[in-house]
Amino acid sequence: MTGHPREPYDGNAGDRHGPAAVGTRPANGPDAVPLVLEHHVLKSLLGAWALAACAPAEAEAVEEHLGDCGPCADEALRLREAVGLLQRPESLDLNPRLRTRVLDSCLERRPPRVPVPEWAAAYDAEAARLDALLQDFGDVEWRAPVRLRWYEADEASSRRTTVAGVIAHLLTVDGLVAVALGLDDPLGDAAPARPTTPSDRTEAYWRAARLPPGRSVRAPWRAQTHALVRTASVTDGGSGRTTVPYGDFELPLHDAMLDRAFECWVHAEDIAEAVDYPYDPPSGRHLHRMVDLAARMLPAVLEHRRLHGLASPVERRLVAAGEPGRSLRLEIEGSGGGEWLIPLDSPAAKGSAEHEVAHVALDGAEFCRLAAGHVPPREAAAGQEGDREAIRDVLFAAASLSRM
Amino acid sequence: MPKRDVPPRWDRTMQQRLARGEAAALGELYDRFASLVHGLAHRVVGDEHTADGITRDVFAHLWEHPDSYDPRQGPLRSWLAALTSRLAVQRLRTTGTAALARGGPGTTEDLERKVRHASVAARADYIVQSMPTPLRAALELAYFERRDYRQTALDLGVTDEEARRRLRLGLQLLATAHDTGAPDAPPGIGGAA
Repeated sequence: MTGHPREPYDGNAGDRHGPAAVGTRPANGPDAVPLVLEHHVLKSLLGAWALAACAPAEAEAVEEHLGDCGPCADEALRLREAVGLLQRPESLDLNPRLRTRVLDSCLERRPPRVPVPEWAAAYDAEAARLDALLQDFGDVEWRAPVRLRWYEADEASSRRTTVAGVIAHLLTVDGLVAVALGLDDPLGDAAPARPTTPSDRTEAYWRAARLPPGRSVRAPWRAQTHALVRTASVTDGGSGRTTVPYGDFELPLHDAMLDRAFECWVHAEDIAEAVDYPYDPPSGRHLHRMVDLAARMLPAVLEHRRLHGLASPVERRLVAAGEPGRSLRLEIEGSGGGEWLIPLDSPAAKGSAEHEVAHVALDGAEFCRLAAGHVPPREAAAGQEGDREAIRDVLFAAASLSRM
Repeated sequence: MPKRDVPPRWDRTMQQRLARGEAAALGELYDRFASLVHGLAHRVVGDEHTADGITRDVFAHLWEHPDSYDPRQGPLRSWLAALTSRLAVQRLRTTGTAALARGGPGTTEDLERKVRHASVAARADYIVQSMPTPLRAALELAYFERRDYRQTALDLGVTDEEARRRLRLGLQLLATAHDTGAPDAPPGIGGAA
């Protein structure tokens, strides 16, 4: 992709290899036997000659011929001029932010009859951003090592793969949503018996591949992202009743699509880091929804962790479902930020400002990195005040949202 | 990476989905063709910001008037290339004329020369984008990948003779970009000459 045209291509007609030089160019060497070719062969070589894409002896023979044959000389001049019109398509400068601007402007001029639902918009945008990053990757980038990081049982875990392996991971886990929407499973026959977790599916895909994943994984991944957005738009997600099984838990379709948008961004950052490219956080609108999903999942995660002795067994006042309970105020700063009251004692309780016992403030992207398992909970750059135990529990619960 | 040819069915389905007002189709359309459209526009106007605007106008035009593209008349790719070139050359002329009217440097003749040059470049791009894929693939290998015609033949799985034929035919088509009113030129592009 990055090759530059050979020297003679850039020249105008009449450069040192051009028709104007006919007869003046020295032979290949004193011993070179001139090639004798028939007229129809010489004529057929004109294109290759104009592109400097034939053997030296052939070029010699063509140039010799041009001195004697008017029609061929005319054509040679014309084709050589045409080479000057060949231009590499300029695709490298396409600004990834242009997509949203162009699409928004179109949709303003003609409102869509079938819009992309708001809950699928973040996924659509993140898939497009990642695809733009992959656009100019060569084999070296596709094979670049990447370390996937997450938290498991409150310990940092990691798994080594490549850029292509990450895309394969996204393809297989997005496949959970695809199957729930009635689309084909990208794992095909390699799909393990259900229920399967994202990591089971990924390992199964990596195992089943005869070769390590390469750039060819991009097309099926991208085709599936488009199919997901399209199906989500056309069916509107079966009016919100569809759920997506993740093996050990399940999410409503709307949340699953947000989760996949989040994963797409997180892994795009992994990839960008591996190849040393800059990569921006999602737009504020989309970041807000991702934070919201994590904030909504926290109470159930806290409950789960308490049952397994991972969160402190607070002296627990019984809180009736729907009643206000002890809460932590999560303040997310920056674009896409906001405030969430996390009920601490029971997922059924209501977050309540009156029962606030702790306050945590951090940047949106930092919070997402915490929830992605990329930042140790103890090191998260968070402003904290209030009940230390509660803060610790919430930060560890956020990190435990992460998975491979 | 040369774009693979898509079956015309893709073009037809896309046109129908756009006509139905499906926003997801607009996104897919952009994802497939934005680099092409932006690249062509940039070649003519030579300015990032203006090329962004032309890109927006091209997609907005098809989104607002999905019936203006008829899949039976040819591939969507060529149609978009033609529309882009036409809008880009128009923009070049309009902004150039406005600059002259404000007392900018240069003469009307300079502007005409610039527009004519851009028109030829735009026609050439259009021809490359709309020529049969086997010809375009051969040219791309020989020119961008620096393959000689024997290597090109190997890459494409054809005979040496066929590779020579494709390179020559491809350049013959491309050379028509210099002819005003060439049959390959999309309507409206040759306005400068």
